[in-house]
Amino acid sequence: MIEINNISKSFNGKEVLKGITSTFKKGETNLIIGGSGTGKSVLLKCMIGLVKPDKGNVLYNGRDFYNSDKEVQQSIRREMGVLFQGGALFDSKTVEENVRFPLDMLTDQSVQEKQDRVAFCLQRVGLEAAAKRMPSEISGGMKKRVGIARAIVMNPMYLFCDEPNSGLDPLTSVKIDELIAEITEEYQITTIIITHDMNSVMEIGQNIMFLYQGDKLWEGISSDIIKTDVPELKEFLFSNKLLREMER
Amino acid sequence: MSVIGKYFIFLGMLFGKGEKLSVYWRRLMEECVGIGVSSVFIVAIVSTFIGAVSCIQTAYNLVSPIIPISTVALIVRDMSILELAPTITCIVLAGKVGSNIASELGTMRITEQVDALEVMGINSASYLVLPKVLAAMLTFPMLVIFAGFLNIFGGYMAGTLTGVITERDYLNGIRDSFVPYNIFFMCVKPFVFGFLIATISSFKGYFTQGGALEVGKASTGAVTNSCISVLVADYLLAQLLL
Repeated sequence: MIEINNISKSFNGKEVLKGITSTFKKGETNLIIGGSGTGKSVLLKCMIGLVKPDKGNVLYNGRDFYNSDKEVQQSIRREMGVLFQGGALFDSKTVEENVRFPLDMLTDQSVQEKQDRVAFCLQRVGLEAAAKRMPSEISGGMKKRVGIARAIVMNPMYLFCDEPNSGLDPLTSVKIDELIAEITEEYQITTIIITHDMNSVMEIGQNIMFLYQGDKLWEGISSDIIKTDVPELKEFLFSNKLLREMER
Repeated sequence: MSVIGKYFIFLGMLFGKGEKLSVYWRRLMEECVGIGVSSVFIVAIVSTFIGAVSCIQTAYNLVSPIIPISTVALIVRDMSILELAPTITCIVLAGKVGSNIASELGTMRITEQVDALEVMGINSASYLVLPKVLAAMLTFPMLVIFAGFLNIFGGYMAGTLTGVITERDYLNGIRDSFVPYNIFFMCVKPFVFGFLIATISSFKGYFTQGGALEVGKASTGAVTNSCISVLVADYLLAQLLL
């Protein structure tokens, strides 16, 4: 479980996050939605320790990330898997080497153990045939899947995904969403996804938080989101023609 | 001043919590190939021609009948050892290696590869930059020794093939009044320049923000700042060590 308490962050005097508080449960797919520039990615970066919040704290199963010593922070980091927006694969390494990288760096496993684990993760995301290819030789959707394989290779307790289906065609988007939801349930991971994709919201969102200009305006389950009476959320949701028709 | 402060903090980060030694050894070998071995060709071309031009131009200016022609070789040798091989080679390397380091790290930064390392709990500055710095400090002196040899060889080829100087005079000239300390001085320079070029270029690349345009600017800034720092360090080393 991840708890965030009163997270605030400003850049050059502009308040990007205004005291965000929430709880993300184990085994659930938690979505943070909102328009561009509403602070979603900053909130994610605050949670994974890339941007230090001005106020507030982040608790990982009760362990306060920002008020812990470096060793505890390191151990929490090693329980995280992060899928970045562009995949963030290392260009100079093959797909297989990218997935094996955390094992090489952070574990003392034997070569055989690492190979088995990498093969399992690549098979899990359906990319065993692309193991020897370079990131520049694979498609955007495949890069995201390699990113997922790399994120889960260390058996994380927490999975963070920053816009996992941005730049992908609708079919691939759905496949990526399904894969993340399956992995979350299968391994009982606490998953947090940043998105503004309404398909993801309706398909895999179990707990949804809506951010607007750095404020949390709504939080709830996906079946309730359609019935919302928050005007900003309604405007965000029903900018999609299909959902407008559903509302009618 | 804040940039200089940030640079020194960055240097401190390189020696922060590191990874396994085997990881650094592998990275160091990769960087030695990337920085050192891949620069051999350009260093060879530049050094040979600079040596050749030095010989021809020195001979052109030495027209006095009281100065023996072997002095041309002596001048080529001392110019090569004291200045041309270490400084010009390192300025060439600042262009090639410096821009490569800055653009590589800058691209890694804007494509979130550096962030990916950080969230894994890896000291990205140490993992990415320290092997580059060590590789530069290790391979630059080797490249400069190679460049020094080719400077003198280039002078020999140009001088003897054009008839400016005979083989015998050239060989006598390069042996005359030889000061072994100059070789030590020649090796100290690239050691210092390698550190400066690798750290300044890494600093520029590591803190890149934005997109492709900023990567280009970081790369240009890396080369410019590295060249200036090499020239300043060159002067300081000459004052201190000669």
